Amino acid sequence: MTRELKFDARAKGKIVANGILASNPVFRLVLGMCPTLAVSTSAFNGLGMGLAATVVLVCSNMLVSMLRNVIPDKVRIPAFVLIIATFVTIVEMLLRKFVPALYDALGIYLPLIVVNCIILARAEAFASINKVGDSVLDGLGMGLGFTFALMLIGFIREFLGSGTFFVGSLGDVEFGVELGNLPDYAMGVFVLPAGGFLTLGILMAAINHLSDKAAAKRALRHEEEGKVIDSLIEGIVKEDEEKRAAEDAGVSDAAVSAVAKGEEADK
Amino acid sequence: MGKYIVSSSPHITSPSTTRTIMLDVIIALCPAVLASVLIYGFYPLFVTLLCVASAVFFEWLFNVITKKKQTVGDLSAVVTGIILALNLPPVVPFYVPMVGAAFAIIVVKMLFGGIGRNFANPAITARIFLMLAWTGVMTSFVKPIDLSDGANLFAYFTQGVNINLPDAITTATPLKGVKDAIASGANPAEGLNALDMFLGRIGGSAGEVSTLAVLIGGIYLAVRKVIDVRIPLIYLASTAVFTAIFFAGSEYVGEYVWTYMLGGGLVFGAVFMATDYATSPKSAVAVVIYGLGLGFLTVVIRKFGTMSEGVSFAILLMNVVTPLLERIKVRTFGAPEKSVRDMLNGIKEKAAAKKAAKAAVAEGGEGNE
Repeated sequence: MTRELKFDARAKGKIVANGILASNPVFRLVLGMCPTLAVSTSAFNGLGMGLAATVVLVCSNMLVSMLRNVIPDKVRIPAFVLIIATFVTIVEMLLRKFVPALYDALGIYLPLIVVNCIILARAEAFASINKVGDSVLDGLGMGLGFTFALMLIGFIREFLGSGTFFVGSLGDVEFGVELGNLPDYAMGVFVLPAGGFLTLGILMAAINHLSDKAAAKRALRHEEEGKVIDSLIEGIVKEDEEKRAAEDAGVSDAAVSAVAKGEEADK
Repeated sequence: MGKYIVSSSPHITSPSTTRTIMLDVIIALCPAVLASVLIYGFYPLFVTLLCVASAVFFEWLFNVITKKKQTVGDLSAVVTGIILALNLPPVVPFYVPMVGAAFAIIVVKMLFGGIGRNFANPAITARIFLMLAWTGVMTSFVKPIDLSDGANLFAYFTQGVNINLPDAITTATPLKGVKDAIASGANPAEGLNALDMFLGRIGGSAGEVSTLAVLIGGIYLAVRKVIDVRIPLIYLASTAVFTAIFFAGSEYVGEYVWTYMLGGGLVFGAVFMATDYATSPKSAVAVVIYGLGLGFLTVVIRKFGTMSEGVSFAILLMNVVTPLLERIKVRTFGAPEKSVRDMLNGIKEKAAAKKAAKAAVAEGGEGNE
């Protein structure tokens, strides 16, 4: 009995990258909007929320995938929620013990990871129909994509709304920069929910624009490649035709000469 | 024989274009700009010019970057700039009008497809954005220049030069006083003078304070048939009525009504901002609901909200529901008219026919016997 042991790194990498870019949960799948808008008031909060969600996502994807043949179809949603809630509780207790500042900043949105659409959606759409290893990678990619989106929105909102850069504290360590007297000119609206919607909307528009552009470029490249292939095929066909024409000519010449010979012979 | 000209419809066209309409609006805004200069000095004029320049620049820039046809020639950016400037406090730091104009033109107008496709009035949305962004700056108003004292004429040129306003020259708006009166139960008109409020010798946004100047512009627009006069008239009337209703229990109902009518940006908003073509409804039913909604929201926000002024939020909210209001149709074009009364008549007729049929059957039965 032989078992395929070849590790396809490229395919595995694609699963992770898919979560970060092509199907970014926030910008492309538009999932988990509630924590995205509520928590992204600063980059540090975004990072904390993103990592907490990533841990839960990886663990729940793994367990859901392991149990995918055991869980009856009819009760799969409660089963998923139970699994997710278990991991959320663990993460919550760990954060409360070791990073109380972040725990306070995330507030109600931390326990609400239980009902975060991203985690439930990945359990339903990916983990429950894929192998354990792939599910873990999908959880990792989606989690990193979520973290990336939250941090990007958080950086913009923090910079414009508070005039600071990555301010936060881990236990006793405080970090972050107050940018000169910029806080005096900060636009408070960006820390408010309205600013969250504005930032998210404009980022989404920009990303859609860029991906449209990339798609158009790809289509153009395909078209050009197609043209090259077409011209190659055309060339081959032409050559072939010429060859055939030459052969035909040779055959007909031969025929003519044969006929001529025959005529001569008749005479 | 004369020539026969064959052409396709339309055969009757109006000479008015976006440009001529916008020119009319600019002319109508002139009294308010003039009033702001007479009341607060030359700084509001500087703010107005900066707003206009920024609005035109950002529209031009957006069109260049996105490689679209240049649209600055229709003058709508100029109008947005002037209206935004008149919505700002008379003295603001230079970056406020610039960011406001950028927001109004790029975010509210151009990103949604340019003129006619904006989901809300660009100037009012920018004002709300600035209000939430720099609340402190947007709520510190300078005192009007005191004309009775000759030495104060110097203030015309110096007011606003020092933008870190000392407390001595800032003042509260009349509506702030009214707001305090709601809480304390005092007379809201205490210390207010109706003539001062009508002429604009009070603290407030540069172009909104002078009801007289705004009304002159409004009458010009109404005469030129640029705006739909039903909207400001219903808005103003409904504000008065709703104020009377909401303050019916107070002993100062009359005072509340006139301070609410003359204070804040009500008249300016009703004339110049609620009437924006792209964001106000056209059908009669929708216009009435729009006007009533504006008045209702304005009074509700002024009375119960944390801010003392509610006109801009009321206009933004009603702008957003305008497409829904337009869907309220009494009759589809071309379809047979069917009002509620017709429907009732139909039911009555059916009932009568049934009765008649029954009676006929009964009669027939009798006849058979």
